[in-house]
Amino acid sequence: MPFGNTHNEMKLKYASAKEYPDLSKHNNHMAKIITPAIYELLRKRQTPSGFTLDDVIQTGIDNPGHPFIMTVGCVAGDEETYEVFKELLDPVIQDRHGGYKPTDKHKTDLDPAHLKGGDDLDPNYVLSSRVRTGRSVRGFCLPPHCSRGERRAVETLSIEALDTLSGDLKGTYYALKNMSDAEQQQLIDDHFLFDKPVSPLLLASGMARDWPDGRGIWHNVNKTFLVWVNEEDHLRVISMQQGGNMKEVFNRFCTGLTKIEKLFKERKHEFMWNEHLGYVLTCPSNLGTGLRAGVHVKLPNVSKNAKFEEILKKLRLQKRGTGGVDTAAVGGTFDISNADRLGFSEVELVQMVVDGVKLLVEMEKKLEKGQPIDAMIPAQK
Amino acid sequence: MAKNCHNDYKMKFSGDEEFPDLSLHNNHMAKVLTKDIYNKLRGKSTPSGFTVDDIIQTGVDNPGHPFIMTVGCVAGDEESYEVFKDLLDPIISDRHSGYKPTDKHRTDLNFENLKGGDDLDPAYVLSSRVRTGRSIKGFTLPPHNSRGERRTIEKLSIEALATLSGEFKGKYYPLNGMTDKEQDQLINDHFLFDKPVSTLLTCAGMARDWPDARGIWHNDAKTFLVWVNEEDHLRVISMQQGGNMKEVFKRFCTGLLKIEETFKKHNHGFMWNEHLGYVLTCPSNLGTGLRGGVHVKLPKLSTHAKFGEILTRLRLQKRGTGGVDTASVGGVFDISNADRLGSSEVDQVQMVVDGVKLMVAMEKKLEKSESIDDMIPAQK
Repeated sequence: MPFGNTHNEMKLKYASAKEYPDLSKHNNHMAKIITPAIYELLRKRQTPSGFTLDDVIQTGIDNPGHPFIMTVGCVAGDEETYEVFKELLDPVIQDRHGGYKPTDKHKTDLDPAHLKGGDDLDPNYVLSSRVRTGRSVRGFCLPPHCSRGERRAVETLSIEALDTLSGDLKGTYYALKNMSDAEQQQLIDDHFLFDKPVSPLLLASGMARDWPDGRGIWHNVNKTFLVWVNEEDHLRVISMQQGGNMKEVFNRFCTGLTKIEKLFKERKHEFMWNEHLGYVLTCPSNLGTGLRAGVHVKLPNVSKNAKFEEILKKLRLQKRGTGGVDTAAVGGTFDISNADRLGFSEVELVQMVVDGVKLLVEMEKKLEKGQPIDAMIPAQK
Repeated sequence: MAKNCHNDYKMKFSGDEEFPDLSLHNNHMAKVLTKDIYNKLRGKSTPSGFTVDDIIQTGVDNPGHPFIMTVGCVAGDEESYEVFKDLLDPIISDRHSGYKPTDKHRTDLNFENLKGGDDLDPAYVLSSRVRTGRSIKGFTLPPHNSRGERRTIEKLSIEALATLSGEFKGKYYPLNGMTDKEQDQLINDHFLFDKPVSTLLTCAGMARDWPDARGIWHNDAKTFLVWVNEEDHLRVISMQQGGNMKEVFKRFCTGLLKIEETFKKHNHGFMWNEHLGYVLTCPSNLGTGLRGGVHVKLPKLSTHAKFGEILTRLRLQKRGTGGVDTASVGGVFDISNADRLGSSEVDQVQMVVDGVKLMVAMEKKLEKSESIDDMIPAQK
């Protein structure tokens, strides 16, 4: 890894204070939590694959803050990172995930039958629905740290697993480096193609190395189930469609994901998971379910209401622009999704989106008619 | 010997499984690297832990550049050039006109050995500049160094520069903590270097921890400038308006030697050896690390069919006036020496002085619609 942290022992000859980063202009979770004492304790350690404290925090040093969101400022390089550097990562996790304690247990529930409703969000307002998550393949280092050999092995395993899918999940893999111009254009038109990361959050942690080697996109014939290989996580799994039938989206999501997981297990490379952190992913913000379920929804009136932020907070939802995490909203159409990842199951999070969006659309309709929504403000979930 | 756990861990994959895909690549590293070389070197590490993947990462991530043939590899420390010689010697030979592993490099910073150079026509030669880099022994290089190392380099540099006097007396401006006023002034002077955006540099890890321990020092007259911790530990620049390259080179040599003296006193001399000369981060800058150049108006000569050939024969290269990654604007070119290794500082500046003098004479001929065919030089 060319980011200067392969010589940890040599660095120890400098006093901790000499190596401690300057975080005076910084605003991210890592900068809030780290102290000279924590740094001094953890700087001597490394994971079995050689990931060090400086590797964990480099992205947070190089990216002092983000205009729209409170960034995490640290990444994991392998499964063991969360254990070896727990004195830093436990408080970061706690700060990021609503007070989640080192002793807490996380519940996984990928049974779509447990979701109530969700098939009747008004398509005049709800333009599209989407659920995504990430998965890490046990036995390999994560994108900030993995070698070309590891990345290619993850790709090979992924292609094998995805090739066995059938029925409405049957699809094709498009390796980024072999893509024809026609394939590339089609994927861009479908809004499926992920490009080489330009976000400095990702670049500073080494996730763009060797691009586009070992990266690719798989999708089914209907273009409703999509898998990204070797972008920010080993796998990103996405189920999406136009309109408001979140139930159908979630059903497909759970079915496909469970099938894929079975195949990886059969090849002795199950997904990284433990009962405290749930699914283990590259960014601490995605631990637990790694799930972001959301809709693009027209809320021009509600979004201008003084209580919009408060309503979202009470519903445990967050807003983004329709271009994704780094963008602003356009024309009153928002991306509304669950704010939580850890400490709630997949079903619980999608339920919050379904119930919350249903309420927001009703509020929008009231405001259209010039009626107040004060009586509809929910209690804190 | 620092333990490089991840490199050991990677060894469980075969050389073939780890070998980079260079099928779309056009840089020196991609031309030279073979599976055999990779297999031989992948198990090695310098004492500070730099590995072959660290060396080549920038070349893997940057397949090619529209204007220039890039090197595609960097050193992480002085020992890189020895430990990875099976890869770096052929690259050095390819880049530096056949320079052999057994060749010796000559250093000559005696400005009195330069003949002429004080009379380049200022109606054509707008400005003159000489730059080089220096690495400080005992520290790893910008792709690899830690914050502690970088800060120590900064501290030593400030001490060394603070001892300069007379025309060299000046001030250090750390990037971290610069006032808006200072920043505007440095931008207006064209002195300020910004956080690297070139992926050639960012992929090699040189922008880590920006702007920690980076800064700019310059003398009161703004003719002698030092960059601290950008692509090299130090970049030293002497420059002024007009064509008096002799004066620029004199100031360059004098200042550089004074700085070197102070570093030596602290037992941190510059990295140098008799084969590679001054050891720098990029293999293209080995030897003298020197680029001596002018901004010169050559609107007619530059559109002449033999312009490229003339430059090659004079051992000069052209760039746009914005620097290495830019194109020329309005017939004004940055003309500088092409060589770095295998000829001395005096040799290289002499080539610039003599070559630019000739090209200005050619430009004047072409202005009068006269032929320049009998002026085309022999290959230097």
